[in-house]
Amino acid sequence: MPSTRDIRRRIKSVKNTAQITKAMQLVAAAKMKKAQDQAANGRHYAELLNKVLVNLKEKAEEGLHPFFSEGKGGKLLVLLVSSDKGLCGALNTNLFKKLITTDFGTEDVDYVTIGKKGVQAINRLRRHLLADFPIKDPAKFAEVRGVGRFLQEKFLTGEYKKVLVVFNNFINTVTVVPTVEQILPVNPVTLGGKRDFAPEIETATASTEYTFEPSAAVVFETVLPQYVNDTVYQMVLESRASEHSSRMVAMKNATDNAKQMIKDLSLEYNKLRQAAITNELLEITTAKMALE
Amino acid sequence: MPLKLEIVTPEARIFSDEVDTVVLPGYEGEMGVLAAHANLVTTLLPGELRITKGGKTTEMAVGEGLVEVTGTVTRILTDMAIDADKIDEKAVEEALARAQKSLADLKPGEQQEEVAAVMAMIQRSTAQLHLKRKRKTV
Repeated sequence: MPSTRDIRRRIKSVKNTAQITKAMQLVAAAKMKKAQDQAANGRHYAELLNKVLVNLKEKAEEGLHPFFSEGKGGKLLVLLVSSDKGLCGALNTNLFKKLITTDFGTEDVDYVTIGKKGVQAINRLRRHLLADFPIKDPAKFAEVRGVGRFLQEKFLTGEYKKVLVVFNNFINTVTVVPTVEQILPVNPVTLGGKRDFAPEIETATASTEYTFEPSAAVVFETVLPQYVNDTVYQMVLESRASEHSSRMVAMKNATDNAKQMIKDLSLEYNKLRQAAITNELLEITTAKMALE
Repeated sequence: MPLKLEIVTPEARIFSDEVDTVVLPGYEGEMGVLAAHANLVTTLLPGELRITKGGKTTEMAVGEGLVEVTGTVTRILTDMAIDADKIDEKAVEEALARAQKSLADLKPGEQQEEVAAVMAMIQRSTAQLHLKRKRKTV
């Protein structure tokens, strides 16, 4: 049976925890708003670029650009986009679970990471880490472009068959889906939970050929690297939005739990106190009755 | 048949409406697009873009990008698109000066990323200034 003093102490400590988680929740909520806006704003561009390129890919001849066909080597290159910090619920755990359960079809996989948690996971899994890119928060395009260029250079060496990205796809504040997408060779990718292909465009271009100005090679030469960089950037944005949302939700749950705990403890404390008072009264009355 | 025009940048969807014609700075010079244009893909260069709808012309300064034209839709993906009226000449001049200075500071052969970014900035600023000044003299 704990004493009233013990319970008082526990209530105090839980209150402190609640205060901290509440503060973290508010910070995460503010960051979440920004990250979500950023992701939502970029999504339209990324989707459209995605759509146009995949349309073009079907029309383009094989071998027009190295980004359209698989590399000669048998290895795979995987970019893992995780968060830098913890305390965001099961976000990273789910992401790594997805990574572990995904069958890449080959053992020979090299990893590139964004985010400290990813580095730790890759090391723990004893997989081969090729490079790690620290990206600040909020993510800047100039920083992420470096990652995109690195992936492209590696792919162009021909060592790798494909380049994949494992990231948290942001759907809404409570739904985040760990996703594996192929970025090279150029492929339609899912962003924000949907593969955006309006049917009207598919039919409009199905039977027709495009004219390229000045030539297909020149257009692809400028556009494809841009596409890779932008898509990677958008994926980082989606991951960041997921991270802040998950953290906000996790902290909100923690605060709610702490509040419930305070309530339970207070009840117990009051009961104990009341019992003590009753006891005392009983003692006094008994003593008085004994005297009479 | 109307022509649908969409202009998007990584930050936002700038324009999405039906227009009569659009004139844009393509790889091989200015290019006018009307409805039922042949399917075409080209790269966009920094410069000015004119949209005509019902006799009214809107001008915009655009950056580098990609243009996809089909018979019914024209999609412009670019890193910048600013309405001519919204260009702040002074701010752009300052940005241009800053970019030119940082270009001079950068050593050749080093930091290609940076150089490319600064060059793009200069081109974008110049495109905006051209458009703004041209409108003034008219």
